[in-house]
Amino acid sequence: MPRESFDHYLGGLQDEVLVLGSMVEKAIARSIKALRERDLELARQVVADDARINQKRLDIEEGCIELVVTQQPVASDLRVIVAILNIVVDLERIGDHAEGVAKIAVMIGDEPPLKPLVDLPRMAEKAIDMLRRSLNAFISRDSEAAMKISAEDDEVDNLYDQVYRELLTFMLEDPRTITRATRLIWVAHNLERSADRITNICERVVFTVTGRMEEIGASKY
Amino acid sequence: MNLSPKLTQKLAWGFTWAAGVASVLILLFIIGYVLAKGLSVINPEFLFTPPKGGLSGEGGISSCIVATLWLIVIAMAILTPLGIGAAIYLAEYAPDNKFTRLIRYSVELLAGVPSIVFGLFGFAIFVLALHFNYSILAGALTLVCLLLPFLMRSAEEAMKAVPQSQREAALALGATKWQTVVHVIMPAALPGIITGIILCVGGAVAESACLYVTMGGSAGMPTSFLSGGRTLAVHVFYLAMETNALDKALATGAVLIILILIINLSTKWLSQRFQTRMSGGT
Amino acid sequence: MDPKIQIRELDFHYGKVQALKRVTLDIKEHQITALIGPSGCGKSTFLRTLNRMNDIIPHTCLEGKVLLDGLNIYELGVDVVEVRKRVGMVFQQPNPFPKSIFENAVFGPRMLGLNHRASLDEMVERSLRKAALWDEVKDNLGKSGLALSGGQQQRLCIARVLAVEPEVILMDEPCSALDPLSTLKIEELMQELKKSYTIVIVTHNMQQAARVSDWTGFFLLGEVVEYNKTSEIFSRPKDKRTEDYITGRFG
Repeated sequence: MPRESFDHYLGGLQDEVLVLGSMVEKAIARSIKALRERDLELARQVVADDARINQKRLDIEEGCIELVVTQQPVASDLRVIVAILNIVVDLERIGDHAEGVAKIAVMIGDEPPLKPLVDLPRMAEKAIDMLRRSLNAFISRDSEAAMKISAEDDEVDNLYDQVYRELLTFMLEDPRTITRATRLIWVAHNLERSADRITNICERVVFTVTGRMEEIGASKY
Repeated sequence: MNLSPKLTQKLAWGFTWAAGVASVLILLFIIGYVLAKGLSVINPEFLFTPPKGGLSGEGGISSCIVATLWLIVIAMAILTPLGIGAAIYLAEYAPDNKFTRLIRYSVELLAGVPSIVFGLFGFAIFVLALHFNYSILAGALTLVCLLLPFLMRSAEEAMKAVPQSQREAALALGATKWQTVVHVIMPAALPGIITGIILCVGGAVAESACLYVTMGGSAGMPTSFLSGGRTLAVHVFYLAMETNALDKALATGAVLIILILIINLSTKWLSQRFQTRMSGGT
Repeated sequence: MDPKIQIRELDFHYGKVQALKRVTLDIKEHQITALIGPSGCGKSTFLRTLNRMNDIIPHTCLEGKVLLDGLNIYELGVDVVEVRKRVGMVFQQPNPFPKSIFENAVFGPRMLGLNHRASLDEMVERSLRKAALWDEVKDNLGKSGLALSGGQQQRLCIARVLAVEPEVILMDEPCSALDPLSTLKIEELMQELKKSYTIVIVTHNMQQAARVSDWTGFFLLGEVVEYNKTSEIFSRPKDKRTEDYITGRFG
């Protein structure tokens, strides 16, 4: 069968992308959990594990380069590899955002919580869900699903607005809450950026299928 | 017998070597014998006096040498353009149809006809019907008929051996078919064609019976191509069959051999010169 | 700008076998067009229709039009020799004549009747320079063409074609018999040549087609499946058959 080893190798790379995706999903989930439950040990773990996420991205990149050098892929094969190269960059950045959240959790430490966290976990859940589905869309080359997922970024943006406005009122009412509030705004910012990165991943899915890079709706931010 | 491959190889090599050596030795022996016995009889008188004729074995072979040379010149002058022209037609121009196949088949058939039959044909047509009488011309024309199939075959093979890529290269450069034949195919085929010509000359010199019936057996010096004559080969036949002068026969044979040698060597040398000039080498 | 060669509804038969089916495409001037496809798909046959080299094969039949600058080269009364001067060809196996380098380069012009020594000398130098061979052989023009290396022989064949001053150069897998370095030299040469000539190349080597050409046509079973800019064909082919062929998943 023609190009069996190539297909096998490429399939392996795609599996690795899924592995990286689940590593990043876990990082987001654990970082929000550490923040909510004041679990400093967990937070430090997330920070340490980011090194593994970075390494995984580099490994996948190397695998792509090797495939290009030895197999000279063209057309859809080439587009898949280019897509993988770009997707792992976005995944690694999302991992960095999760690490950022974990670092904020460590910074907050034992401080009394400003308010019970409701919207932030919701943003995190939405991001994790979008991430999982976008990577599945990549594997199954489903550009329609990718476009839909990309549109859901608006939900995350709206949640961000909400959190921002709420924290703003806190800060206006009581200037002593400013430090804690800005830290939380920073967490929200990390989650919102993660969702933006996921729309990039969706654009790459469309690129893999059609061969064209198009901006799917501009983000509000 | 179950021989090992190595042993079989040694035996085969030994056998083929022996066969090769034997063939060369036999050839050398024959030529050596003729030259040895004949060269002693050769002297300027022998070469420059005509034979006495009749049943005596006296005289030399001057008229025979002259007759032979005339014969070769006239025969090759007619045969070469005819044979090469026909070969060019068959190799380059003839379409692949029944008519062409008929021509080729006929040529193959002719090649197998015994030379004496050509001699009788020549006698009937050239000597009698066309009133050339016994003459070098009649002999030459008969030889042309006899040798034409061989020259055509050699020339055609030589031209066919030129790779098709050469023809395509020339045509793709805008050469016409004829230009391709003259400037590309002929130069490349020349060695093969020259070999064919040499073989024909050898064949011409070797003929005895068919020349006897077309040139007659006159021992006198031919004065024009319409005179009769006796070639060296025919003279050998005469001396051996009709007279007791076996020594003179062998001498004539020696002269024949030397003549063939000279013709071969000079044609080869000419061909070399031509080749070098054609390929633009120094 | 009008295309240099326009092929319209070209059908070609070898005896009863149809080798080309309704082929229609445009060859653009001063561009390199590559023809790719599996063995036996008709691309070499198609190439040879562009300079009427298929005329020398018996029992063939051609229908349709091949327009060179608007004029059909297959019309009655067209001079084949003239067509072949305007459309030159380089073959897969280098085939220099067993003559000197000089005589090889000068063959075409000689057949045209040019015999003036000085202009021949000048023509030889010009063609050999254009073919990037001059510096390697200028001191030894009397050497036999067959004494050159494979890559040099092929460049000599290119010089031979250039001496006739064609407008289009057809190349039938020109590098397939050459080593990689010679191949690259000839590919570079093609980029230089396309400034003054129009080039059509048949190649089995898809990386070569991608490297070298501006336009690519994919042939399959005598038909043109897809014909587009090379960058489009190799990154976003429109037809699945093209995609399958170029990614090596054919068959």
